[in-house]
Amino acid sequence: MTGAGMITIVDIALLTMLCFTAIAIMVLRHLFAVAALTGAFSLLSAGLLVALDAVDVAFTEAAVGAGISTVLMLGTLALTQRREHRPPRFSLTALLVVIATGGALIYATSDMPAYGDPNAPALKHVVPFYIEGSQNDIGVPNIVTSILASYRGYDTLGEVAVIFTAGIGVMFLLGLRREDEDDEGATRRGPGRPPDAPKPGGTKS
Amino acid sequence: MFIGATAALLVAMALTLIRAFAGPTLFDRVLAANSFGTKTVLLIGVLGFLTDRPEFLDIALLYALVNFIGTIAVLKFFRYRNLGLSNTEAADREEID
Repeated sequence: MTGAGMITIVDIALLTMLCFTAIAIMVLRHLFAVAALTGAFSLLSAGLLVALDAVDVAFTEAAVGAGISTVLMLGTLALTQRREHRPPRFSLTALLVVIATGGALIYATSDMPAYGDPNAPALKHVVPFYIEGSQNDIGVPNIVTSILASYRGYDTLGEVAVIFTAGIGVMFLLGLRREDEDDEGATRRGPGRPPDAPKPGGTKS
Repeated sequence: MFIGATAALLVAMALTLIRAFAGPTLFDRVLAANSFGTKTVLLIGVLGFLTDRPEFLDIALLYALVNFIGTIAVLKFFRYRNLGLSNTEAADREEID
């Protein structure tokens, strides 16, 4: 068997596991397990993106999806309760709306160019310029990196500024305290800890 | 050889995933999700060699780091039921225990 054939098998196996993980996330009611499984879901999709050669997207998916999101979900679980309530009842309307939307989206993919098609409209615009010039202009072996870091350098800088500003705003909203303000109030509880939170160390659930 | 390694890793991933679904306890699930992350790191490393591009190893390293952060968060959550504690508060909790 060749390496390319093996990649197809890897794709199929990863997609199958992705489906089962998604179903398990829906079915499970224990939110801690769900948080762990969403981490696994992100890692799976990052593996798929690596198999699709989109290494930079896989990087982002792993860092944001598996890393930060898991931590944020656990932080949320610390503030809320760890069990999901049963949904009140089965809703046929919602199911129909979801099926119709999904069907429309799948129908729309039939208009898209085939995977890896070199004549796809997205690859006709500025991509030939990047592919020809990247080696001489920038000198970075990876073309995606040269586009992100050099051709669109100002764009990336602006994005970083926006994300940084958003981060500062969120920190102000959350009112994170500084370490040196913690001295008065030794008996004070943790920020936002609900009064009926379980005792620390009690890991049974 | 890499093909065999990939197949073995896929089987191992499926097995850990089954354990994560089935439980039965919470710790089974957390451990399964954690070792699943390790399997993903290994799979990406092997995929690089399978397609003759060993530079994928760098990404596998990043995944290992991400996994580590996730493990720290899970352990802190188990220990203190909170992620936002400062060092002094965490120490206070420790004495209460």
